[in-house]
Amino acid sequence: MARALIHVPASAKKGDVIEIKTLISHVMETGYRIGITGTPIPRDIIDDFVCTYNGEEVFRAKLYPAIAANPFISFFTVATESGTLAFSWIDQHGATQVQTAAITVE
Amino acid sequence: MGRDRSRREILKAAGALAGCGALLQLSIRPAAATPEMMKDAVRAVIGEAPVKKGKVKLDLPPLVENGNSVPCTVAVESPMTAADYVKAIHIFNEKNPQPNVISVRLGPRAGRANFSTRIRLADSQTVTAIAELSDGSFWSDDIDVIVTLAACIEDPKP
Repeated sequence: MARALIHVPASAKKGDVIEIKTLISHVMETGYRIGITGTPIPRDIIDDFVCTYNGEEVFRAKLYPAIAANPFISFFTVATESGTLAFSWIDQHGATQVQTAAITVE
Repeated sequence: MGRDRSRREILKAAGALAGCGALLQLSIRPAAATPEMMKDAVRAVIGEAPVKKGKVKLDLPPLVENGNSVPCTVAVESPMTAADYVKAIHIFNEKNPQPNVISVRLGPRAGRANFSTRIRLADSQTVTAIAELSDGSFWSDDIDVIVTLAACIEDPKP
């Protein structure tokens, strides 16, 4: 779908609360704008964002057109064990982009 | 009457024309939500539960230069343990075309009930954040923002 940037600390102590930052390039077209031909520009929105930590869901967001273009979301999670964080963005057509990041927990 | 139209009639006609102009202007304004629509949207998401002020801190710049991308942070006071945590955080606005902004679901695994994003604001208005706690209570915070350049209505680049 698009280019995504993720920032997850490479390592953390067990039990630490870590901050995760995500950004994906997407127009987030609201559907309320009129194009240069006078017709409305069709709506094109990322609806859902989900973060799972070793398969368990830790954060989920439902986005509306009021989210700025190139949605940036940052949030926190507890570093429980080494493994993989998976991030999925699902747009209104059902297309999903998945990105993963590895974390080492001591 | 004919050519000897009285001054009064001409003024009347002019007034009617001006009225038409005002109507036309009203009808081409972009769609915007109203505070009532926001209340309906809030009820649709959280039901009839009472909402108390406090515990939630919504952080937005009070003066926004560009409504297309406004940094926005919500923090909720909560120990975030398995027994006492924040289940969901919702943000609503009064005057964008749609009252919903974002709805976030989290749990004790989050560690801290805090998230940031960037939002669009179409007008100077009140933005509200509502948090749902695991005990079923709802807490809110709202903030008035002044927007100098509105989102949603600018012309796309050719």
